[in-house]
Order: sequence, then C-alpha cells, then structure tokens
Amino acid sequence: MSNSSLAASSRTSGLLGQIWGSIRTTLRLMSYNRVGFIGFIMVLLIVGLSFIGPEFIPLDTKTKVDQIYLPPSWEHPFGTDHQGRDIFSQIVHGGKDVIYVGVVAAVLSTLIAVTFGTLSGFSGGWVDTVIMTITDIVLTIPRFPLLAVLAAFVTLNNLAFLGLLLGALSWPTLLRAVRSQALSLKERDFVEAARALDLGTSHIIFREIVPNMMTYIVISFTLSMTAAVYAQVGLVFLGLVPISASNWGVMINLAWVRGAIFYKDSLWYIMAPVLAIALFQLSVITLTRSLELVFNPRLRSGE
Amino acid sequence: MATAELTQPAAAGPGSLRKWATIIVRSYLFRKLLKTAFTVFAVTTIIFFLIRLLPGNPVEQYVNFLLVNYGLTYHEALDQAAALFSIDLDQPLALQYVQYLGNLLRGDLGTSILSPGTEVSAIIKRFLPWTLFSVGTGLIVSFIIGMALGLLMAYRRESPLDHVLTVLASILSSVPDYLVGIMLIVWLGVQWKLVPIAQMRGSMSPGMQPNLSFAFIKDIFFHAALPIATYILTRVGTWMLSMKSSTIAALEEDYVTVARARGLKDSRITTAYVGRNASLPLFTQFAITVGFIMGGSVLIESIFQYQGIGRILIDSVQQRDYPVMQGVFLIITLAVVFANFFADILYSWLDPRIKLGGQEE
Repeated sequence: MSNSSLAASSRTSGLLGQIWGSIRTTLRLMSYNRVGFIGFIMVLLIVGLSFIGPEFIPLDTKTKVDQIYLPPSWEHPFGTDHQGRDIFSQIVHGGKDVIYVGVVAAVLSTLIAVTFGTLSGFSGGWVDTVIMTITDIVLTIPRFPLLAVLAAFVTLNNLAFLGLLLGALSWPTLLRAVRSQALSLKERDFVEAARALDLGTSHIIFREIVPNMMTYIVISFTLSMTAAVYAQVGLVFLGLVPISASNWGVMINLAWVRGAIFYKDSLWYIMAPVLAIALFQLSVITLTRSLELVFNPRLRSGE
Repeated sequence: MATAELTQPAAAGPGSLRKWATIIVRSYLFRKLLKTAFTVFAVTTIIFFLIRLLPGNPVEQYVNFLLVNYGLTYHEALDQAAALFSIDLDQPLALQYVQYLGNLLRGDLGTSILSPGTEVSAIIKRFLPWTLFSVGTGLIVSFIIGMALGLLMAYRRESPLDHVLTVLASILSSVPDYLVGIMLIVWLGVQWKLVPIAQMRGSMSPGMQPNLSFAFIKDIFFHAALPIATYILTRVGTWMLSMKSSTIAALEEDYVTVARARGLKDSRITTAYVGRNASLPLFTQFAITVGFIMGGSVLIESIFQYQGIGRILIDSVQQRDYPVMQGVFLIITLAVVFANFFADILYSWLDPRIKLGGQEE
C-alpha cells in the first residue's frame, strides 16, 4: 500500500518536474531574443494588471469637484480627470475588455484561416479556387469602413459579438500564408510517407501539416489580436459601437469629446489611455520575435 | 507568333480568331481585369443586401418617420422614400436589385436624407479628390522614404545606425495611426504650439479658388500636412523593415556578384540590380497597404477635421444617412479595388517574368 502510494507521488512530482522543466526551457528559449523577452514581460505585466489589478485597486467613481485635472502625484499616478476621478484606476479597469475582445477575434480568425487555408492548399482544384476567390474579395474590401457600417449590428455592451465580428473579417492575410505553407509542406517527404502509410486526410492535416505551421499560426494569432485591438478601439473612439464600461477606447473617446486634448492641464487624461494601448500593441508585436524561437526549432542556431 | 498574325489580319478566318481569343483570355491584363470586374460586382451586391439587413430597415424607418412627422399617406411616404433611396419599394427584392445595378451604371447613387436634394454623387465628387490627394501623397512619400532607408539599413547592416532605425521602424509600425494623429495634435498643436491646428482644419482656406497657382498648392498642402504626416509616420516603418530584409536577400544573389565582377559602378549596382529586385516584394504588399490606409483615412480625417470622403462616411453612419453611407462606402471600396489593379499592372511591368509565364505567384 504505502509503497504504491509513494510510487504514485513520485510519479506526480515527476510530471510536475517535467512541466516545470518545459516551462524553464521555453523561458530560456524566449530570453535568447532580448527585445522579444522584454515584450513578453510587458505583455505579462499588462495582462496581469488588467485582470488581477481590479481586485486590489477599486474603480474611483466619486465626483470630486475640487480635484479636477490634478497633475500626476503619488496619490494619483496619472492625475485626475474632468470629474476629479483617479485616472490610474480607470486604466487598470479598462484593459480587461480590450484584451478580451482582441482574444475572441484572434481565436475566430485563426480558426477560420487555419481550417480553410490548409483545406485550400491541400485539396486544390475547385475548392481552392472558390476559397481563394472569396479571400481575395474580403481582402480588398477596406476593413475599417466596413466595420463602421456593420457597427449598427452591435448591441449595447455586447463585447463577445464585437469580437466575433472583428474576427469574421480579419482572416484573409493569414489564410493566404497558411495556404502557401500547406502547398509547400504537401510535397515534403514526411507527408508523402504518411500518405503511403494510408493514414487518412485528417491525420495528415492535423498531425503532419498543422504542427509544422505552428510558427505561422502562433505569430498570426498575436498579430490578429493587435489588429482587433486597433479596429475595436477605433470604433469605440469614434463612438460607433455602444460600449459604456470603463475601457481604454471609451476613455480616449470621452477625453476627445470633452476637448481634453486642447488644455495643458488635461494632458494626462488623454495620454494615459493612448500610451496604454500603444504600449500593449508594441509589446505584443515584439513578443512575436521570441515566440518565433520557441515554435521554430530551425531558428535556434545557438544550440 | 503574334507578329506573324499582325501582318495578315483579315485573311484569317475563324481559326486565327480563336487563337487571338486565347491570347487575350490568357493574358495577364485580361485576367486581372476580369478579377477586378468580379470584385466590383461582388462588393456592390454585398452592399445592397447589407443595407437591407441593417437593424430596423432604414427604408421602412424613413417611411415611418414621414408618416409620423409629416402626416403623409402611406403611399406618398413610400413614394418619397423610394425617390430618396432610388429604390422602388413596391417591387420584389430581385427586381429592386436589378434596378439598383442599373442606377449604379448610370452613376445614380440616390439622394441624401439629411440634406434633401443633394445627390450622393455630388457629395462624392466634392469630397473624394481630397482623400485621394492626401492618402496618395502619404502613400507615395512613405514608400520612397521607406525604400531609401531600408536600402541604407541593409547596406550598413549591424551598424549603430541600423539598430536605431530598426527600433524606430518597429515602434512606428506597431502604434495605431489614429493614436499617432492624436499625439500630433496634443504635442505639436497644444503642448508645444508649433502648428496652428485650428486653422489647419478643412481641406482649404475659405475663399480659396482651385487653380494651379502657387498660393493654392501651398494652401492645400498646409491643410493636408497633418493627415499626410500621420500616413507617412505610420506606414514608413513597415516599408523600411520589408525593404531591409528583401535587400539583404538580393545582395546575396549571384547576379549581384557577377555585376561586381564585371566592374560596374556601385551606384548602378545599387539602383538597377539590388534596388529594383529588392523592391518587387514591396509591390505585392501595396494591395494590402492601400486598403489599410484608405480604411485608416476614415479615422484620420475625423481626427483632423479634414474634408475628405472618410469623414463623410463616419458622419453618415453616425447620423444614419443610409444613401450617403451606401454610396460613400462603395466609392471607398472601388478606390481600393482600382488601386490594387494598377499596382498589379505596375508589378507586371517591373517584373517581366509574370507576363511571360502567364502565371501569378
């Protein structure tokens, strides 16, 4: 009895050790690219602040007429807004929605692109022609004006729908990349071998081709996330989608509508959300450099 | 082949006619034209059905508005709405669609709801040139600067200059364009007071007559300066990075080594051998960039209060002026489609392999 439980516990610690080991390897690989690693740390910080921060830092909602547009201080790191509320707490609370919509959009667009891109490249013929024709048309329609027109469909604070709408329109570039990858991988020896062993199309696609495209998939996942954040904040900034929670886009919109950009004292009210979004976009894009190293073993020349 | 047929045209008969037909059908230009025509058709169809799918059908909403506010009979209201949207509402949807396409071919895009009597085509004619001017200038200038700097970065690889420019290009290419626009206003206009942003609004100063005088050209560049600066700042980074990587690839090609061995001048190798070949991949990016920058103009023009077609689109969406929205969105899409077409033609002219092979990619 005691023997077997001991063996079980040592097995679990072995598993934990394995997971810990692979995390350590991943971190070590990411740290090879210094810029990418800084991006990784920044993304972790921003995501952590946006999702865990609201538990510790309460949202300041009280209007304090005597504290309007205070300059940054220890009490208010980014100063106060037009109603004397703390801007820092709004920044902490405003990231969650933006990141959530970005992730929903990126998941959907990556799913569409990978499924139909491999299908298109792998099967060829009329399937390929139909998919590529649709892709070309969606690619040529300018995305932001179309979103501005479609924004009428978004109901009040329906973030998931906004994310799906963004994702449903942002797959074409990735689909083309996935298709050309599938076209070249299809001719490789290991795919040929799988076909000779009669392993079936789904096995070939999901076990042989998709793992070899992991670099593309992961990188374009992060890039379509930045595209979704761009479009989303743009729509909210122009006031085209009805979203009212504290959100970086809403903050820029409010600061803009209230003319906060035109006064010297209100500088931080507009600059704080602008910097938050710019920093997030920049961090996610630099993060892709490190992700390249993790998912593409051929790049690790150092080993 | 082609020249032989040119010398004896009429004597031909059905056989050579078919040959001509196959030559035309297989030609690059023809296939691109066909693709463009199909895209235009698909986009117009999508827009037609999209407007009818929008929540609370705008046509019905307008009819109800007339019924309630002006006390018209239902038929009068329907007639008036039909005249504004240039749609006959009594017809079945399929027939409405055919009429819509017919109206489009005649250049009839309907009339604005909010300013009755103003034709949508007149609005487009007035505002579209400003967008084409500012977006086109920004695109071309950023392309030239990006190519030059990318070439420089590739030649001075791993030097401090290269590192500084690479970091700068990565930052510029990842910050959203409207945030750059806001920061230009906040810092240049308000904090440092370097430019008079209030005077720079609009597309030209009041009382200015469009002509080819120096004062007019100076004035339109003064008003378009901030939008153009934003387009350049946000696009130049992407051009720099891709030009750098394609130049590095081109420098390792055999024909460059051969050109060096032949003792050609360095300046000639840089422009005619490296530069020309390295810039080819950038033209394929042109298609995506044109769409992106035209789409971004919607935001940029709203920020700077520039009188272009993008701002009209946002205004019409915000005020639910559906005929204007429909027409303006169509025109923006068409501008992108035709820009793509010209980029394709330019690309085939720069890279003769495409025309000869008759195959893309």
